[in-house]
Amino acid sequence: MPQTNRENGVSPGRLTPADVQANFADLHPAYDEHEALVAADRCYFCHDAPCMTACPTTIDIPLFIRQIATGTPEAAAKTILDQNILGGMCARVCPTETLCEEVCVREVAEGKPVEIGRLQRYATDTLMAKGVHPFVRAAETGKQVAVVGAGPSGLACAHRLAMLGHNVVVFEARSKGGGLNEFGIAAYKSTNDFAQKELDWLMAIGGIEIRYQQALGQSITLDGLQDDFDAVFLGMGLTAVNALRLDGEDKTNVTDAVDFIADLRQASDLTALPVGRRVVVIGGGMTAIDAGVQAKLLGAEDVTIVYRRGQEAMAASKFEQDLARQKGVTLICNATPVGIEGNGSLTAVTFAYTETRDGKLETLDETFTLPADQLFKAIGQKLGDTPDGLTLDGGKIAVNDAQKTNLANVWAGGDCASGGDDLTVTAVAEGRDAAMDIHATLTGAS
Amino acid sequence: MADLTSNFLGIKSPNPFWLASAPPTDKEYNVRRAFEAGWGGVVWKTLGAEGPPVVNVNGPRYGAIHGADRRLLGLNNIELITDRPLEVNLEEMARVKKDYPDHALIASVMVPCEEDEWKRIIPRIAETGCDGFELNFGCPHGMAERGMGSAVGQVPEYIEMVTRWCKEATDLPVIVKLTPNITNILLPAQAAKDGGADAVSLINTINSITNVNLDAMAPEPMIDGKGTHGGYCGPAVKPIALNMVAEIARNPGTHGLPISGIGGVTTWRDAAEFMALGAGNVQVCTAAMTYGFKVVQEMISGLSQWMDEKGYTSIEEVVGRAVPNVTDWQYLNLNHVTKARIDQDACIQCGRCYAACEDTSHQAISMSEDRVFDVKDDECVACNLCVNVCPVDGCITMETIAPGAMDERTGKVVEKEYANWTTHPNNPSATAAE
Ligand SMILES: Cc1cc2nc3c(=O)[nH]c(=O)nc-3n(C[C@H](O)[C@H](O)[C@H](O)COP(=O)(O)OP(=O)(O)OC[C@H]3O[C@@H](n4cnc5c(N)ncnc54)[C@H](O)[C@@H]3O)c2cc1C
Ligand SMILES: Cc1cc2nc3c(=O)[nH]c(=O)nc-3n(C[C@H](O)[C@H](O)[C@H](O)COP(=O)(O)O)c2cc1C
Ligand code: SF4
Ligand code: SF4
Ligand code: SF4
Repeated sequence: MPQTNRENGVSPGRLTPADVQANFADLHPAYDEHEALVAADRCYFCHDAPCMTACPTTIDIPLFIRQIATGTPEAAAKTILDQNILGGMCARVCPTETLCEEVCVREVAEGKPVEIGRLQRYATDTLMAKGVHPFVRAAETGKQVAVVGAGPSGLACAHRLAMLGHNVVVFEARSKGGGLNEFGIAAYKSTNDFAQKELDWLMAIGGIEIRYQQALGQSITLDGLQDDFDAVFLGMGLTAVNALRLDGEDKTNVTDAVDFIADLRQASDLTALPVGRRVVVIGGGMTAIDAGVQAKLLGAEDVTIVYRRGQEAMAASKFEQDLARQKGVTLICNATPVGIEGNGSLTAVTFAYTETRDGKLETLDETFTLPADQLFKAIGQKLGDTPDGLTLDGGKIAVNDAQKTNLANVWAGGDCASGGDDLTVTAVAEGRDAAMDIHATLTGAS
Repeated sequence: MADLTSNFLGIKSPNPFWLASAPPTDKEYNVRRAFEAGWGGVVWKTLGAEGPPVVNVNGPRYGAIHGADRRLLGLNNIELITDRPLEVNLEEMARVKKDYPDHALIASVMVPCEEDEWKRIIPRIAETGCDGFELNFGCPHGMAERGMGSAVGQVPEYIEMVTRWCKEATDLPVIVKLTPNITNILLPAQAAKDGGADAVSLINTINSITNVNLDAMAPEPMIDGKGTHGGYCGPAVKPIALNMVAEIARNPGTHGLPISGIGGVTTWRDAAEFMALGAGNVQVCTAAMTYGFKVVQEMISGLSQWMDEKGYTSIEEVVGRAVPNVTDWQYLNLNHVTKARIDQDACIQCGRCYAACEDTSHQAISMSEDRVFDVKDDECVACNLCVNVCPVDGCITMETIAPGAMDERTGKVVEKEYANWTTHPNNPSATAAE
């Protein structure tokens, strides 16, 4: 791929528009019908299938794959969406290699799982392409529920509540819905504005109103919501980021990876998005990988992800690590940043090697320095300010098995709530489960 | 949403998917779980006469044909009728029927060919509250050696006689289950009708040896070095069953006789095909035995989706819809001309169509140096072989040549009028076209 712009510093247009377009094409292109049938044929329709148990939303995987195999992908989609209303997005972004496909009996036996994620996409894409919304609302209950945050957890909760006949108002701080589906997920996983299309499709159930630019803690308060609504669901995700706590963190071109990704996701022309010639990313999770890979795909010459612990401790899956390497990103483990160099603007980052002794991470004396004109911090997101009175647990809003918080008529789910991995699919499961418990509470069934 | 409720001979069930008489329906535990899983009805595993029950072999009962990746395509069995005491089965049937009044429960029966045997057992079974009877004249192994099962089903006179006895013994619907191990299925079907049967069900299993153990030099399944023919069922037998169902449905003598379609039903589509050819409902055995009771969920969702897409609102609208289009060869339109067409964009250049046509058909496909395959219209007889052997779905299709255009092979202009063999000049007994 010819580099069109080798300037030092952070600069746009490093690759030709055609190259950028090719780089950000669908990571796993959609199956055509024949490919889907061949892939579906490999499923054994296992009894009490392990894949189903491993799916946080417990989609009936053997059934939906059989429905694809028998030529009814629309019925398959219904099976998926019954459990996971964002089954389309999850098909694109779930780390299937650590979820359903990891435990597929064919992965365990042959190292080659049934391609559940891609089959799920085939089914949901087929249904959505027909513009069909396969659910209808129950008779209106007259109950009003407030949902804070239009991310995966909030949307899943809102949809299920609307389906059960409740009226839902979603309060969203940003001027666009979708949460990290819209602002976080890597661009090559969700192409063609899929997050917004899925949001529009989901809204077709009716009974849901989204009010944008309404932030809890600013224009609205939890007390107010508790007064005005029969129940409240909090799904505001993680809005704060961890700091490196190093001198020089305020230098130009030292930024949070999530902001870079959000800018990238919102850019109408990716060639206009500036990126460094030499980029360093600090962190070991999905965000670090996504920032590094996308910087590379934009045309950064060198991208290095540096993680302070050993490779086995990386939160990013093996598949994602391999993806990064395949795209030409360098991964360095066991090194922690000790100095941010540069006079005003960043020029280099200095790292010290680390070692884990007796389970404790120790910083060694030996150091190395990577030239860098852009540094992304991807060392974890955390809960922003929360309303008074909410009990926290490990830095997240404490909830019970039914997603209920300690406050009367307040539930929470997704990244902001305790329990579960920080994944889209987990957020959907928690939003849905909260809706079921809210419904039971409001209709007096529990 | 299409209404899948089924009314077969006045017997109502939530859907037209019944489990056939076989191991899945051999006991209360199974049948309860089957109903919970979504099956609309069951035909209980065939009951025998009072007294000590039959015994089964204690070695393997099944043999199988597998596709690549071990997909089960055909199953063969040497199992007999229920080997549990009649009394136990009757108690269980009564209990289940009481708890599932809206599901169909049919008693399958096979006793020796004596009037008092049948007339004694039928009323006794009726006390369970079952919805009807299925007379098992089908099992091709074991029971046939004792003068029952297919030994009866192969003699139309016996079928008529036993059916009449049973009709005299009960007011409940009587279904006669037919064996396919016969040259003309119309004869036993007609006999059942003449005996007063309310319906026929078919097919039971087909005489078969699935494979031979080449080390032991004996057929499988092998019991202590010996094997015997079994009954074949599963996806492989569907075409045979469909034809027999269609024959009964379109033959003037048997047309209108209700049919319960059995044989290889594995997906919603199989079921829809049986019903289109005249089956009022379907029965399933092997698919349940291969995939478990849950498999019915796909049949239900698929049938429902397809009916919605086609605008059918009830099962009755589907049943028999394809029957008028089943005809004899002699009535097929000989003026209907098609040619194979290869979609060059879809073609992966494997050359299978070429090998098939060049070696075994009509040398109607050309192959260029750079592996482009094309149909020669002046040679293509439209046999469809290339379509069937091409590994790419939809790559080779048949194009109808419009009337008025030239058929390059015959050099004749395609005629608009329908004309069949009965009027063809080459037919020595052709009747002059009017
Ligand atoms: C860079 C990145 C890549 C990721 N990649 C993947 C992936 O490939 N696969 C995967 O499964 N997961 C991935 N994740 C994780 C996944 O995106 C989250 O787990 C998921 O989005 C959580 O959903 P949520 O609804 O809890 O929160 P969010 O998606 O964060 O949505 C929260 C919503 O609430 C709004 N909000 C916040 N505060 C307020 C407030 N005070 N008032 C009103 N509204 C508010 C926000 O604007 C947002 O719309 C990734 C995360 C990141 C950061
Ligand atoms: C193991 C086994 C046992 C069977 N036993 C009976 C039986 O007792 N009575 C009967 O009428 N049919 C019996 N059948 C035949 C089935 O009811 C059914 O007619 C046949 O299997 C074809 O349907 P399928 O292709 O769905 O399996 C048996 C089939 C199998 C596989
Ligand atoms: S592989 Fe194991 S679980 Fe599966 S059918 Fe065979 S014995 Fe049973
Ligand atoms: S574990 Fe694998 S083979 Fe089994 S049902 Fe799930 S996807 Fe199919
Ligand atoms: S239809 Fe038959 S004759 Fe025609 S090209 Fe194909 S294989 Fe040859």
